[in-house]
Amino acid sequence: MTVLDHRHQTAAVPGWQPGATGPRTDPAPLLPDDSPVRVLGTPALEKTDPALLRELYRRLVVGRRYNQQATVLTKQGRLAVYPATTGQEACEVAAAMALQEQDWLFPSYRDTLAVVARGVDPLEALTLLRGNAHTGYDPRATRTAPLSTPLATQAPHAVGLAHAARLAGDPVVALAMLGDGGTSEGDFHEALNFAAVLNAPVVFLVQNNGYAISVPLTQQSAAPSLAHKAVGYGMPGRLVDGNDAPAVHAVLTEAFERARSGGGPTLVEALTYRVEAHTNADDATRYRQDDEVAAWREHDPILLMERHLRPLGILDDTLVQEAADEAEALAARMRAEFHAEPELDPMSLFAHVYAEPTPQLREQAAQLAAELAAEAEVHH
Amino acid sequence: MTTVVSARTSTMAQALNAALRDAMQADPTVHVLGEDVGRLGGVFRITDGLTAEFGPDRCLDTPLAEAGILGTAVGMAMYGLRPVVEMQFDAFAYPALEQLFSHVAKMRNRTAGKLPLPITVRVPYGGGIGGVEHHSDSSEAYYVQTPGLHVVTPATVADAYGLLREAIASDDPVVFLEPKRLYWGKAEWDPSATVEPIGRAVLRRTGRSAVLVTYGPSLPVCLEAAEAAKAEGWDLAVLDLRSLVPFDEETACEIVRSVGRAVVVHEATGFAGPGAEIAARLTEKCFHHLAAPVLRVTGFDIPYPAPMLEHHHLPGVDRILDAVARLQWEE
Repeated sequence: MTVLDHRHQTAAVPGWQPGATGPRTDPAPLLPDDSPVRVLGTPALEKTDPALLRELYRRLVVGRRYNQQATVLTKQGRLAVYPATTGQEACEVAAAMALQEQDWLFPSYRDTLAVVARGVDPLEALTLLRGNAHTGYDPRATRTAPLSTPLATQAPHAVGLAHAARLAGDPVVALAMLGDGGTSEGDFHEALNFAAVLNAPVVFLVQNNGYAISVPLTQQSAAPSLAHKAVGYGMPGRLVDGNDAPAVHAVLTEAFERARSGGGPTLVEALTYRVEAHTNADDATRYRQDDEVAAWREHDPILLMERHLRPLGILDDTLVQEAADEAEALAARMRAEFHAEPELDPMSLFAHVYAEPTPQLREQAAQLAAELAAEAEVHH
Repeated sequence: MTTVVSARTSTMAQALNAALRDAMQADPTVHVLGEDVGRLGGVFRITDGLTAEFGPDRCLDTPLAEAGILGTAVGMAMYGLRPVVEMQFDAFAYPALEQLFSHVAKMRNRTAGKLPLPITVRVPYGGGIGGVEHHSDSSEAYYVQTPGLHVVTPATVADAYGLLREAIASDDPVVFLEPKRLYWGKAEWDPSATVEPIGRAVLRRTGRSAVLVTYGPSLPVCLEAAEAAKAEGWDLAVLDLRSLVPFDEETACEIVRSVGRAVVVHEATGFAGPGAEIAARLTEKCFHHLAAPVLRVTGFDIPYPAPMLEHHHLPGVDRILDAVARLQWEE
């Protein structure tokens, strides 16, 4: 044995003990299963609460319509940009539903649907993407962090909040939502490492939708799966069918329970597919084939629910109609409210840079106020 | 805000340590985190004894990852804590710049005031300690360019204590730049005395010929230059800015208007450095009171040099006096 042989390091070598707070864990239990967790079409479905299944279905349908309507609004110039989660609704909806009231959500820019499914007003959730302000909702009141545009940078925030909540003795879990591209960022690595070392009650949900704008996963990572990355940090990695809503819900619920009871963080990789282009400004035909998209359309989260829940009688025409009606009502509300021009206050530019504006900002605010007054004079 | 203690003599490092201890004592939401801040007390010993006194949760040794440290602090602040982050050296803070620029500086603005981040980021900065490369950067220009951050730098032992207490108490993020070559300088100071708040410059020496406008590590050099200038017949004032953001334009303009000549002095590189902005503002606001252009004495526009050459790079007394000589005295 040499001093470099970690696995057999003991107190016999004085002065240095690896893993001083406890023995290192056997990596085997941390590894994801070979195939993703599924509920639909498996015996696990019978053990799932039908009320939960119906609620998931209803929200999937509403979420799909939300995605479609938001995309249409970009084409009408009512939203500056919209990164859709069409085809990924199971991850968005199930993630929000698995969270408890006191928990915190740390969404990426693609996760407005999760924010809406959490209960944030759809218009407030879309404020950033409409372009009239940055964050339209109150993060503290909704326990939902602002949508993070820089990739993976919200992940360490989730760790810090979870850590602070744990120090306070509060039963709070933080969920950081990321994409496959985000796992290549340094902040992803640092967040997972900090989470494991601090034993923070945080869960990382990576929606692997196949592409980081145009770059496929094979050029993003050579790992056996993204969930495998967990083991290097000393936390469990879980692989789930991201289009199987009850499976995502079950895996996240288990991870949240583990975190809440002091068991530490979990990395969950949800296998899904971005059916639409990256945003309305992207052309997906430049980097992928239609038959690939067609195959995933067959594995659509709503289709899967209908296919497996109809025969069991959990889903019937009444629920289908109710969900469709609710979806249309939301779409109509979005159309109506986004067609109204937003109220803009130019002076708000200076409102929240500092608690107290600097002398220079006061001067600049006075300059803008004078410009606005002169403009008003001309119009008058 | 400070406890009443009689005047004492200590180093700047000890005053900073006392500020952290008193802040942690006064407010249980104050948490210190960084690399080696626990058992070791930081490589400059600024956090010495804090883990022993307050426990490892209050003064936390983190993994070695600056973006992770600052990102974690963001989340802690979102939950109501008041984190004080230590960056081990100026150039080691660069991995954290995305967190600083994209989140720390902007969170209040992005959330319309709902999520202010009361984070203090302590950065030992500047040269003059014989450090090899990446240990002596003057990185203040990066920070002052970023709206949403306060940028503060003490030059005296009393200010080290008072400004750090203010920075920690601030509801806005503060980049607190510690001139590391002044860490070991001793002075008598009174912890119970209040210092001027963040955003106020202080005239360290009055004078009627010209004013040296400076901050942080260059203050002692400027005071020395002012002393030496007496032999040349110049009576130099020395203004210590203390805070680069907010910039105390009022105080700076007042002294510049009264003496009519100014030289801005700092270690950071000159091109687009803080001195460029200060000189431009002083010129715009004081043009008709100026007898000469506002000059700058700064580090050269080079990567920080090897330690055996750094004295050629750093603004010294002679270079400052040369600039003063060029302030068009003849007319």
